[in-house]
Amino acid sequence: MTDLLYSEIEEELRASVRALLADRCPPENTLARCETGEPYDRALWQTLARDLGAASLAVPEEAGGAGASVREAAVVLEELGRAAAPTPYLGSAVLATTALLALVEDADGGDGGAEAAKLLASIAAGERTAALVVPLSAMPGTGAFPPAVRADSAGTLTGTVTSVADAAAADVLIVPAEGRDGPGLYAVEATAAALAVVPRTSLDLTRPVADVAFTGTAARRLAGAEQAPAALERALLTGAGLLASEQLGIAEWCLTATVAYLKDRRQFGRQLGSFQALKHRLADLWLEVVGARAAARYAADALATADPDAPVAVAVAASHCGELAVRAAEECVQLHGGIGMTWEHPAHLYLKRAKADQIALGTPDRHRAALAALVDLPVPVG
Amino acid sequence: MPPANTPVTDPDELRRRTQALLAEHDPAVTEPLDFLRARYDAGLAWVHFPHGHGGLDAPRALQAVVDAELAAAGAPGNDPGRNGIGLGMAAPTILRYGTEEQKERFLRPLWTGEEVWCQLFSEPGAGSDLAALATRAVREGDSWVVDGQKVWTSSAHNARWAILIARTDPDVPKHRGITYFVCDMTDPGVEVRPLRQITGEAEFNEVFLTGVRVPDAHRLGGAGEGWKVAQTTLNNERVAIGGQRMPRESGMIGKAAATWRERPELRTHGLHQRLLSGWVGAEVARLTGERLRQQLTAGHPGPEGAGMKLAFARLAQELSGLEVELLGEEGLSYDDWTLRRPETVDFTGREAGYRYLRAKGNSIEGGTSEVLRNIIAERVLGLPAEPRTDKDLPWKELAR
Repeated sequence: MTDLLYSEIEEELRASVRALLADRCPPENTLARCETGEPYDRALWQTLARDLGAASLAVPEEAGGAGASVREAAVVLEELGRAAAPTPYLGSAVLATTALLALVEDADGGDGGAEAAKLLASIAAGERTAALVVPLSAMPGTGAFPPAVRADSAGTLTGTVTSVADAAAADVLIVPAEGRDGPGLYAVEATAAALAVVPRTSLDLTRPVADVAFTGTAARRLAGAEQAPAALERALLTGAGLLASEQLGIAEWCLTATVAYLKDRRQFGRQLGSFQALKHRLADLWLEVVGARAAARYAADALATADPDAPVAVAVAASHCGELAVRAAEECVQLHGGIGMTWEHPAHLYLKRAKADQIALGTPDRHRAALAALVDLPVPVG
Repeated sequence: MPPANTPVTDPDELRRRTQALLAEHDPAVTEPLDFLRARYDAGLAWVHFPHGHGGLDAPRALQAVVDAELAAAGAPGNDPGRNGIGLGMAAPTILRYGTEEQKERFLRPLWTGEEVWCQLFSEPGAGSDLAALATRAVREGDSWVVDGQKVWTSSAHNARWAILIARTDPDVPKHRGITYFVCDMTDPGVEVRPLRQITGEAEFNEVFLTGVRVPDAHRLGGAGEGWKVAQTTLNNERVAIGGQRMPRESGMIGKAAATWRERPELRTHGLHQRLLSGWVGAEVARLTGERLRQQLTAGHPGPEGAGMKLAFARLAQELSGLEVELLGEEGLSYDDWTLRRPETVDFTGREAGYRYLRAKGNSIEGGTSEVLRNIIAERVLGLPAEPRTDKDLPWKELAR
């Protein structure tokens, strides 16, 4: 039976991550960092990935990981969302890791598989940081392998992929590319010649995106047409499903911060939180957060157990949690009044993360459209 | 053999006792009522109740063990839908506050369904503000004489007994002057009139109480303590809603989705968007309920239950409204406006128009959605209560 609760181990993991983030990642640090040339907190990321082992959770022990599952990774994402933490967890420990894990589990015994295994082990150990070179807006289940990058017979890559999450923090890029014999997955060192990673001025200050341009860049082929499309799909599906947990964490922070503010703030001679018009809005928001927790847990569990219902679980979670995080952040800004509109208050970090997350890995609207086919509610003809 | 009155916690022991009941009272040849009485006396009615009152002091979760054995044997049930108020609200209150004599008298026929119960709580002037109620009960010797008017009373026309709250002291603030009684619905001073709803039928009643005599022996809890006693009743009402596991597409979404699948000619793009949103909402609510159930089973009940009814009401209203609109011209017709007196209510029964109208009640009955939002805001989120001017005033001085 689907387990929608948190295990004791998961709660312990949550407590460690939360304590680390409370200590090392208060909003004022993140705010101070986000306009510098170093938007990622690399020291925090090292502690999280290397010392806490958070990058290895979904990787089996025989592949160099902790042998937990994406359920535990989802708990880490909840906490990272709650802190709007500037770490490349989604790009490295979720998207790139899932793609490599799919190659390792489906290894054909070739050189590429061995290379993928080596990369996976070093990423899981927190020694290296990776990014999956797709636009962050890429949607699972669309079937088409992105043709933006071409690989020639010598294995060099040409083409540009826009809006790639966590690319600027990566020291190795996992690149879907179209070769002469069909789609493949390639690894490119961030230090390679003929490679440009150009950060965009990003809406989300805590997970910036970058354009990645390959101009005859040397690459190592990890997998070909037999494995690459499935590995990419699994990465996108897992990413969309686990992002729901990050969105839950964002919404929880926004709700908690808003409730605390409305208890504290007095106008008209009474606490703002005693006005029914505001209480009802927060009660509704709370109810949606409760629903988000159930939906996000179900998606994480379905992905962890390779449940055939996983595509439905992910579409439901992505649709609900994607809308919820934005609504929670918008309510947070509005109910904080003037202070919510200031750069100084961290509410905007959550609003920007929530709005970018709404687009990431498929918008709620696209996920609902995907459900139409998954649960047989066909689109009208004409 | 453990001593009598020891809690039974072993599922195998419950199975053994259930099989013994079935062996002694073969359902194939036993009158259903005789079987139900024997089941009650064997402590297998509601196993979490005490020994001697239909239970075995067992964990509540073990009821499923007994029910499965009995269902497999084709044993008759007690038709709980006919006596929801009795089973869900009166019984836990009697158990908590009743005297031994009251438990002995009332619980067994309540559980078997021989005696149906109703609830005389709401009044025309006391809905969400229930504590403002004005029905008076005046002590006369060994009895109380009750005068007043109650409303929204389902099952009053079938009921043998009612749980009743009435004002016994108008000189103290409203929450403190209320007393809780068991009222005999066959008393000549009780008049039940059907209250017709927007669906055309009359599930509910108005109940007029004129000089009704309630023996003091039918008081539940102390005089003036009725509000506290009523909290047990109302908390159980909320527990009763949304407790069991639901398959995907249960309830209103199943109806709307079925119409969508069967009638391609009715489909439009705008309704498709709303249907998909509703499907997601229904699935999220289902998962929320399932998670709540898992928390209860694990012994960690959360506050999430308070929100389930709110979510359920909103979805039922959205999806039933969507279905009528989807039906287009057919949505212009209604199946039947005849005044009916249904014994049980099926929110997903009849046709789309009925479901749409009946769903309007989902956000009103059993605590309006507005009151539930207050409860969530104050008890779950810890937000302060609205300032209240009536809290400490004697009831008789309140503006009405």
